[in-house]
Amino acid sequence: MTVDRRWQISLRIVALGYLALLLLVPVGLIFFRTFEHGVASVWESITTPAAIHAFWLTIEVTAIAVPLNTLFGIVMAIALARGNWRGKGLVNALIDLPFAVSPIVIGLSLILVYGVNGWFGGALSDAGIQVIFSVPGIVLATIFVSLPFVVREVTPVLKEIGDEQEQAAATLGAGGWTTFRRITLPAIRWGVAYGVVLSVARCIGEFGAVSVVSGKISGQTETLTLLVEKRFANFDLAGAYAASALLALIALGTLLAMTMIKPRREEGDA
Amino acid sequence: MSATAVTSAPPPSAAAPSSRPAWRSSGALGLGIATLWLSIIVLLPLSAVVVRSLDGGLGAFWDAVTSRQALAALRFTVLVSLATAAINVVGGTLIAWVLVRDRFPGKKIVNALIDLPFALPTIVAGLTLLTLYGPRSPFGIDIAFTQWAVLLALLFVTLPFVIRSVQPVLIELDREMEEAALSLGARNATIFRRIVLPNLVPAILSGAALAFARAVGEFGSIVLISGNIPFDTQVSSVYVFKLIESDAPVSAAAVSTVLLLVSLAVLLGIRGFGRWGARHDR
Repeated sequence: MTVDRRWQISLRIVALGYLALLLLVPVGLIFFRTFEHGVASVWESITTPAAIHAFWLTIEVTAIAVPLNTLFGIVMAIALARGNWRGKGLVNALIDLPFAVSPIVIGLSLILVYGVNGWFGGALSDAGIQVIFSVPGIVLATIFVSLPFVVREVTPVLKEIGDEQEQAAATLGAGGWTTFRRITLPAIRWGVAYGVVLSVARCIGEFGAVSVVSGKISGQTETLTLLVEKRFANFDLAGAYAASALLALIALGTLLAMTMIKPRREEGDA
Repeated sequence: MSATAVTSAPPPSAAAPSSRPAWRSSGALGLGIATLWLSIIVLLPLSAVVVRSLDGGLGAFWDAVTSRQALAALRFTVLVSLATAAINVVGGTLIAWVLVRDRFPGKKIVNALIDLPFALPTIVAGLTLLTLYGPRSPFGIDIAFTQWAVLLALLFVTLPFVIRSVQPVLIELDREMEEAALSLGARNATIFRRIVLPNLVPAILSGAALAFARAVGEFGSIVLISGNIPFDTQVSSVYVFKLIESDAPVSAAAVSTVLLLVSLAVLLGIRGFGRWGARHDR
């Protein structure tokens, strides 16, 4: 179907105009508003003790959640792509739940299990462990929301490459671990990398679930996204913009990583 | 293919399993641990929501779900999410079309930017939109704290779904069919309606369903810009948040259960579209 020139141009203008008004102008404006009072004040507001703590807490939570979910993701993807077991269809559907469930519901669900009046609340407080309104709760919420990314990126790659090479390696006497390390892992590495990038972005950016379970104690359980909200609520607009600009920079870095990994993942170069 | 690979390989020794690589036997342990992980992280907490929602009995559950404010929030949430999905169906398909069939400088950058709403934290998205379309708007457009603002926030966060689902189908689409129709004298509108669109429908619907599911649960991008006015701009997720804050976890769990059911229905619907799409391929 060949659209004539006039139609082509008008479709292009509508599409790009929509994107500009929805995406580009708002995000550009964040940077403008951030730096309109100079770089010094921005630097000051992202290096306050609370901001630095929020930054490192965000990194810490991400550094716990992403490796765990990557490990889970690879194992589960292999089981889904190669295995033939009962309940596979059900598990496959359940893995998507974190994408479909509201972050607020996720936060509530953790409170109902680990909170003071939760299922394990009594046992945990007897043991002196606080999960809700504390860092472990934030970690659990973050693991929950970022759980499906690696599985969803790796499973199609595994299906695409097939298992002939793995079979051949096994026939030639390679053990399970050797086959995985020498054959499977190199073939799926870009799929894993893409999933990891998506997970990292989600972990750093998670707000809803974390805001329910964190208690938002400045300098203790406050992540970067919570800092943005608190500064906004306290009428510290400049501070909120500065923290947002930092998060937006991380997001742009994520996009760059996605763009670089995507073609390699699609080539599936082994 | 696989037959030749097997016959050209040396005959398997007696020790090696005949049909499956050895590492799969240890795979059972891995699968067990992975399933346990999924159960502890996701299924146990979600089942707690459903079970605890009935702590006060069925009557209390019903009262919590059908309170005037809960119903108003749920009604607005579903309507605004449907509107979001509908706009995405048109806008997303159009953008996907332009990205696949049109050629213009900077197309690669635009294509990369489509994923920005996935990468940008939702609270930043909310603040961003409030800056542009709020009281200090440089354009003089102030829609903050209105239902339009909620729609705008949802359009922002759901932008990539339909585009990313339609794009690959459009790339794969066989252009010979379109050329054949053209040579038989079909007009553009007819070709689009009779040939292109039917091929895209499963992808459009599954993208729209994902966008709808995301919109129903969205919180971060809405919380700043909606003003959270009960009976007006309050959505269900914000309503649940308020219930948690006012220490009413059982009512919060009841409303959450309804939201969970909506999510589950959408998930099942998407799987249906997926099957339909796969069948359509043949």
